[in-house]
Amino acid sequence: MESGFLEVPEEMSDETITVYKHMKDLPSSRLLGAGTPMCAGCGGLLAIHQIYDILGEKTVFVNAAGCMTLLTVYPHTPFRGSWLYTAMASAPAGAQGVRDALDVQLARGRIKADEDLQVVVLTGDGAAYGMGMSSTSGAIEQGLDFIYVCYDNEGYANTGQQSSPATPHGARTSTSTGAQGFGGYKKDLFAIWAAHRPAYVATVIGTEPVDLARKIEKAKGLKGPRLIIALSPCPTGWDFDPRETVEIGHLAVKTGIWPLKEYENGKVTHTRPPSRRAPVEEYLEKQGRFAHLFHPRRNEALLAEIQARVDDYWAGVEESHLT
Amino acid sequence: MTRTLITGNAAAAWGARLAGAEYVPAFPITPQTEIIETLAGWIDAGEMDCRLVTLESEHSMITAAGAAASTGVRVFSATSSQGLLYAMEMIYAVPGYRAPFVLVNVSRGVQTPVTLEPDHNDVLAARDSGFLQLHCATCQEVLDSILIAYRLAEDHRVRLPALVNLDGFYLSFTREPVEIPDPAAAGRFLPPYDPESTRFHAGEPVSQGVAVLGGAYYSYFRYQQHLAAQRALAVYDEVAAEFAQQFGRRYDAVEAYRSEDAEIVFFMIGSFSTKAKDAVDRLREAGQAVGLVRPRLLRPFPAEALRRALEGKKGVAVIDQNLSMGMGGVLHGELAAALYGRAGMPPVLASFIGGLGGRDIAAEEFCEMAAVTRRACTEGSTPPPRLLYTADELRQMRKLQTVAHAERMEGKTT
Ligand SMILES: Cc1ncc(C[n+]2csc(CCOP(=O)(O)OP(=O)(O)O)c2C)c(N)n1
Ligand code: SF4
Ligand SMILES: [Mg+2]
Repeated sequence: MESGFLEVPEEMSDETITVYKHMKDLPSSRLLGAGTPMCAGCGGLLAIHQIYDILGEKTVFVNAAGCMTLLTVYPHTPFRGSWLYTAMASAPAGAQGVRDALDVQLARGRIKADEDLQVVVLTGDGAAYGMGMSSTSGAIEQGLDFIYVCYDNEGYANTGQQSSPATPHGARTSTSTGAQGFGGYKKDLFAIWAAHRPAYVATVIGTEPVDLARKIEKAKGLKGPRLIIALSPCPTGWDFDPRETVEIGHLAVKTGIWPLKEYENGKVTHTRPPSRRAPVEEYLEKQGRFAHLFHPRRNEALLAEIQARVDDYWAGVEESHLT
Repeated sequence: MTRTLITGNAAAAWGARLAGAEYVPAFPITPQTEIIETLAGWIDAGEMDCRLVTLESEHSMITAAGAAASTGVRVFSATSSQGLLYAMEMIYAVPGYRAPFVLVNVSRGVQTPVTLEPDHNDVLAARDSGFLQLHCATCQEVLDSILIAYRLAEDHRVRLPALVNLDGFYLSFTREPVEIPDPAAAGRFLPPYDPESTRFHAGEPVSQGVAVLGGAYYSYFRYQQHLAAQRALAVYDEVAAEFAQQFGRRYDAVEAYRSEDAEIVFFMIGSFSTKAKDAVDRLREAGQAVGLVRPRLLRPFPAEALRRALEGKKGVAVIDQNLSMGMGGVLHGELAAALYGRAGMPPVLASFIGGLGGRDIAAEEFCEMAAVTRRACTEGSTPPPRLLYTADELRQMRKLQTVAHAERMEGKTT
């Protein structure tokens, strides 16, 4: 499944330190329990499964309102570790309270080092890109030792896929039903985080499990604020058949619309730059939320604009490699 | 025991210090800020072993407080007015964690218009949240109430967060002589926090704040919080008795001042009740049988103790330093609900709104309220609610309106 990608350039490689080089290296355990009420083909759950396999049960997941809130419904939880639901705006502040309280108890010897937990924030894009931005920025500024996992389904999915600050230009949502779709542009959360100079930021997708595993492994080994943004194909909100999740995920990377990258020590590295980028149309036409770009007639102007934005992005990346 | 002259804010900070608060999520707002500044000063000077973190908002502050309490440490925080309102989503959420902590609110009127001065609309917005509420009238009571609040909140029969309220300016910035308990004595009264099974650590996973599917499950957990809050009434009496025994200061859930043989009583909360006491003394000198009944506990509502204190009285002047628009005073409704349909209860509950946004309630106004209530008792009919305002205040207001009008006209002609 790695064909079609450039080899990762030698100097950017972490081949020497990672245990996840190939599919066969990935954990075979499935730590997260089955039977959750997520939709069939949920790309968010796909990513969370893989992330949990690596982070493990010595974790407390601090959640904000969204689809994943229903992972834990009394009396069931798919997690082997702990869970704290907060509110839509303040999961990072919940993480702050838990981390600080663990540190206070470690310092006083009330808990032992092996009772310590990794604090993980789990929210959707609506919280991460919007309502939770203030508390997120506050937590990074505190240097909080936590991992933020954002499953980005590009809309307020739990309330019926209204436009969020992560909705891509032109997409139809339940609040953008006109011929041009969503008029705004997806906010650059990666850059916003990177501007805070945190320990680590990475984009991932559940359909690139080796890339994802390496990044979670790396994040796990670091301290301080770390962000993982997982593009999460959402059959319900994006309007496609659940069996297409994997294909759509692959196309998101192949077309270059979802660049897989990481930020560390002030440097951004693209971990899976597509060698020959497929036209972005191939990704768009598989999703009902973009159907109005193709039917009843092609919206050439909008398609060209979306393609041009992707091209511009990668032109910028190549330029920065040359300089 | 020596007494020190300190402000209500300093008394609150001493309460947190003597309680051995281990974690203080904070955010500044007048008139509360001096509390967190005092704590920060002690921590920086190495006099207090505690971690203070300034969050980026009160919403985050209360989230962090609930999360830290759920992780097993003793938490203290403080806010006022807009801060409490900004945090309101979490004020309603964290009691369900059943992880106790203490929050001080320094009452201040809520906008609009903007003011820094006190009334009780802020704290009453938290009335139905699940926080227990203790209301203070003096600086000494602020300090002592914080110690009592921790004992009450952390009691295994209760396990709900508690809010200790003091009035901005009248207490927050007013120095009164306060007896600061000896740390060892405070420690005997309030032993270290026992989180029981409510704490996050590896090996014993916990899920907090989870969803339920269905009204019956939802109701069960909500009823549990309610029943725990009600149980806090009896626990409060125990704790207050123990406090009195150890420190010699009694804080009954309901304070009754010269009300035993009174015909008319004032009913109110907070620092203005000290003004009411003054008025009671004057009226008594003038031969009138007047007293004061002041609930210190507002949640749980000490209905039974109030009925005992008010039984056989002719009339009650309920003074609300809050205003529920289109309804009137909140305490008036609360008291009416507690007394209605019970034998021997006062037939007249007169409602007065006063002291909004720091407006004083003068001694003459207390006398007038007593007179209005007495008249109503004689006539046997409850008077309409009164909004306290003097002719002089109206004259001053009219002056400002004239200026505002002139300014506006000036803008139009140029
Ligand atoms: C303060 C507040 N406002 C609104 C909501 C309603 N709400 C619940 S989930 C949700 C959408 C969250 O979007 P996102 O973070 O992207 O998560 P997703 O639903 O996509 O999983 C909204 C708006 C809420 N729970 N809290
Ligand atoms: S709506 Fe989308 S993100 Fe939410 S559970 Fe369904 S597939 Fe997953
Ligand atoms: Mg979303």
